Amino acid sequence: MPSVMIRRNDEGKLTLYVAKKDLEDVIISMEKSGDEGWGGTVVLADGSRYYFDPFDTEPKLPITVRARRAGGEL
Amino acid sequence: MTVMTREETEALIQEVLEVYPEKAKKDRAKHLAPNDQSLEQSKKCITSNKKSLPGVMTIRGCAYAGSKGVVWGPIKDMIHISHGPVGCGQYSRAGRRNYYIGTTGVNTFVTMNFTTDFQEKDIVFGGDKKLDKTIDEIETLFPLNKGITIQSECPIGLIGDDIEAVSKKKNDETGKTVVPVRCEGFRGVSQSLGHHIANDAVRDWALGARDDDNSFETTPYDVAIIGDYNIGGDAWSSRILLEEMGLRVVAQWSGDGSISEIELTPKVKLNLVHCYRSMNYISRHMEEKYNIPWIEYNFFGPTKTVESLRKIASYFDESIQQKCEEVIEKYRPEWDAVIAKYRPRLEGKKVMLYVGGLRPRHVIGSYEDLGMEVVGTGYEFGHNDDYDRTLKEMGDATLLYDDVTGYEFEEFVKKVKPDLIGSGIKEKYIFQKMGVPFRQMHSWDYSGPYHGFDGFAIFAHDMDMTLNNPCWSKLKAPWKVDEAEESVAASA
Repeated sequence: MPSVMIRRNDEGKLTLYVAKKDLEDVIISMEKSGDEGWGGTVVLADGSRYYFDPFDTEPKLPITVRARRAGGEL
Repeated sequence: MTVMTREETEALIQEVLEVYPEKAKKDRAKHLAPNDQSLEQSKKCITSNKKSLPGVMTIRGCAYAGSKGVVWGPIKDMIHISHGPVGCGQYSRAGRRNYYIGTTGVNTFVTMNFTTDFQEKDIVFGGDKKLDKTIDEIETLFPLNKGITIQSECPIGLIGDDIEAVSKKKNDETGKTVVPVRCEGFRGVSQSLGHHIANDAVRDWALGARDDDNSFETTPYDVAIIGDYNIGGDAWSSRILLEEMGLRVVAQWSGDGSISEIELTPKVKLNLVHCYRSMNYISRHMEEKYNIPWIEYNFFGPTKTVESLRKIASYFDESIQQKCEEVIEKYRPEWDAVIAKYRPRLEGKKVMLYVGGLRPRHVIGSYEDLGMEVVGTGYEFGHNDDYDRTLKEMGDATLLYDDVTGYEFEEFVKKVKPDLIGSGIKEKYIFQKMGVPFRQMHSWDYSGPYHGFDGFAIFAHDMDMTLNNPCWSKLKAPWKVDEAEESVAASA
């Protein structure tokens, strides 16, 4: 259960940063966004997946959440 | 020799790896690669931030070096206790030329060494009492200190002392900031973890001290310089450019910095990050907690400086943007003159770098402005994200080496034959004896500053002074120089 930080980069894209793994990558898809909530399983540009409990609406970014690796590398 | 192709670079790496045993070869191969500009992510070509192989000559430092030496050490009005045996503090004392203003021993303490000087009995019975006493002595002898940090050396973690408890107690007694830093040298694979631990200690023990205090008058143009350690005055030559374009620099982290500047940093509008590797952690934290955006900038060489100044100005209104252009125009004749003078003397020369932190990629611009080419670069303790940022800066198929060993570096230099090497003191004399001009790129070889437009003039002068020094043609004894070589030397 690493702590991950989600923020927007200079181009306005969402990125996920795992300090411990020294990984920062663009989020290419997120399970829930818009009206149905914000969060769930996210897929990074390098194919790895993480899961965090969805928020009801998009929170103020950047935000640190507890995430876990979701199985099934693309 | 012209620029190497990808095949040649790969062949060179294979040739150098040949002497290692099978297992070591496999491990080291992951850390050496030809650059591939087409990649977005460096982890596809190079591995970094891994434990060094036992038995090789690595150039890395320890977590204590990263915290005491780099992040906390330059904060001038605090006293940094090297908690543990005397050696770690004494042999690194004043080694990094973090310039500062103040009276050493009265209100500033950067170049002094404070230590608890552990003896056998402290290891056996614990050193908390001694630490307590040391802080009392410091308060008596140096009453103008604004706070104390406790920089743990290896034994502290091994014997399990509770330095946090001592800190809290002393904080209650003196009312001053007392910061325990768990930067024992054995933690992590290099000084990089020390930076992270030090950043976390700033976050937990110092940063939020004035959160509820709004007495500080802010302006819309407040910025903080993060990750500039004022080596030879670097932060000063950066600061004047920012001030000239109308910004107010509230804090310098941490070269010539103070604890009150650190406490005021959450009030700024923008964090300017120079050394990404050592201070991105705290910048990310401030972005989340205080909503302060941060940007990376690069003040090495006029091209990158101009680019960075414009990028910084774009975060503010038009008056700043206009002043930014005025500043650039003001300095343009100065740097044009520098390039006109030194470029003809340095054009086409090849450089190999091996440094830490930000310099393996940041100084490339400086060399390119002088018409020089960087043919190899590497980080002592860089991570993936550093190499991500390096791929685009370097030419295609140039050498990248992570945590290079003494042997590999020497072999690379013998084969690539650069005209100049930029690395640290431990490498300097080996390469000078091999007859290759060398500049220390950690401490600017006792020169500097190199940041900003003023720094560029000094940088160009230093590179010329080293490369075109007449001594390089005198390395062979006169009776061993054959006539052909002599005539070349005479005409040069």
